[in-house]
Amino acid sequence: MFIDPHAHMISRTTDDYEAMAKAGVVAVIEPAFWIGQARTNVGSYRDYLSHILGFERFRAGQFGVRHYCCIGLNSKEANNEELAEAVMDILPGFATKEGVVAIGEIGYDEQTALEDKYFRLQLDLARDLDLPVMIHTPHRDKKRGASRSMDVILEHKLDPSRVVIDHVNEETIQEVKDRGFWAAFSIYPHSKMTAERMAALVKTYGAERLIADSACDWGVSDPLSVPKTAKLMADSGISAEDVRLVTYANALAVYGKSGQMAEADWLSPEPIDQRTLYQGNTVLRGGQTPRMPQSGSGNE
Amino acid sequence: MTAFPSQTIEAEKAMQLLNAWLAPRLTSDAAAWLASQLAIIASGEKPMQLAIAVGLAPRKVGKTDLDLTTDEAEAGRTVREGLDATGWSVDQAARILLALASHRGDDEQFVVSLDRVLAAAEIGEQIALLRGLPLYPAPQRILHRAAEGVRSAMQPIFEAVAHRNPYPREQFSEAQWNQMVVKALFIESRLCPIQGLDARRNPDLARMLIDYAAERRAAGRAISPELWRCVAPFAGEAEVATLGDILRAGTDAERKGAALALNDCPVPSARAALATAPELAETVQSGRVFWDNIA
Ligand SMILES: [Zn+2]
Repeated sequence: MFIDPHAHMISRTTDDYEAMAKAGVVAVIEPAFWIGQARTNVGSYRDYLSHILGFERFRAGQFGVRHYCCIGLNSKEANNEELAEAVMDILPGFATKEGVVAIGEIGYDEQTALEDKYFRLQLDLARDLDLPVMIHTPHRDKKRGASRSMDVILEHKLDPSRVVIDHVNEETIQEVKDRGFWAAFSIYPHSKMTAERMAALVKTYGAERLIADSACDWGVSDPLSVPKTAKLMADSGISAEDVRLVTYANALAVYGKSGQMAEADWLSPEPIDQRTLYQGNTVLRGGQTPRMPQSGSGNE
Repeated sequence: MTAFPSQTIEAEKAMQLLNAWLAPRLTSDAAAWLASQLAIIASGEKPMQLAIAVGLAPRKVGKTDLDLTTDEAEAGRTVREGLDATGWSVDQAARILLALASHRGDDEQFVVSLDRVLAAAEIGEQIALLRGLPLYPAPQRILHRAAEGVRSAMQPIFEAVAHRNPYPREQFSEAQWNQMVVKALFIESRLCPIQGLDARRNPDLARMLIDYAAERRAAGRAISPELWRCVAPFAGEAEVATLGDILRAGTDAERKGAALALNDCPVPSARAALATAPELAETVQSGRVFWDNIA
């Protein structure tokens, strides 16, 4: 069993879901993020959040994959102050919904003043609602950005054991671990982090508080990154227990602190969920054919 | 509108019923939380409270099945004819109750608050709030919510309106009704949990279903035996012939459906067609096979 704790499934196909379920992915976490193009008003943001908490969760359930969300205002759109203000008003209502496991992904992009303002406000929100946090670290000026994110989080009195720093690499891992945060690695086919480098990091730093994710979205990315990384780590001699921690148990441990995600959700789902939201994992049920949405149930 | 009597219910009565159902199923903490939320919502002081309470309800009151006793279910039907809480969970009943608390004696304001909460509802919230349709006051004014639910691409949301719910039979226009029935077949949902299925049969629906069946047969695809239930009273010679074919060569469920339809069909040749399968005709005519138990 695997968990992909960072996957923008809203931009993926049913083939991806089918492949993920077949490879043993039992749960995914969909962080609220930029959709590749800026939203121009709060209405489209509201509909996006409803979409990932609604239709996307339903779609995942049809393929036997449990779907959770992180709710937040991303750093790029924090630079549109009018939008950001309006989004901040609707966030508390969404963050308290079922299946929301964290505030995220939030943090810095260009590290502007507005990004800083809304990052801080959302850290306050996470603390008020007692939710874990998923941090997006910037692609540019990464090391300084990651360092600064951690400073601000600690300044806001958040417990680092409830915060995941994502998109970590060889340059940032030491500080993330030393300061008590969880370190997540987005395993991309071409950039960010590869499975080979991930395996080397697990050998060097141990599996404790390390998490692999695919961060798959609308760009070149691989929704099977987590199971593939697990295989590569196992083949390179990393123990089964460490593989399990990095590709399943660590993500469950930290995001489970929300009270909204538990192993029982996929191993023994509530009857009401089974009837309405979740068709059960085909791998767990012994390789039956995935239940496909019927032709016509889309655009009839 | 329709010839079907519309039930109206006072918010107060609906709330009493839900409170009575919930009381024995809540811990004292859960009951205290719910009471406090109902009071805040009823006061109207915090407009966001309904959405927040609806969101938090499952973690506060739990998600176990409501699982009503026979007496409790009967009490529900006394308060609201046709009310069927089969398959409801405790949190769903609580969410409906919370929505009702926002009525505050004003239909217009209730519609506004229901619209607002549904506009940002996640999937579980939508299912719960739509299952509550028969318990809301001013049923005509929330028709757009029911219509939107039936339009959903999410089958459980569609079914929250269509199944075990007296609202559609009472409020839907013929066109809306027909779309709902055809869609149920199209997405391979069941027809038998739709209330009023026989009473609201109509020639236009039968025509759509006959066309749909022909299209499926041409493509070599299976047809739900339930389809014929809505066709039977309007079937002509061509449909009797099709049903006769199914009676000879169909699966067990298909043959039962064909037999039931032929038994319900006024065309004289239907009797003769049914007589070709005497043992099936007997089970249908004696009532041992009926639409709810064919599959
Ligand atoms: Zn992301």
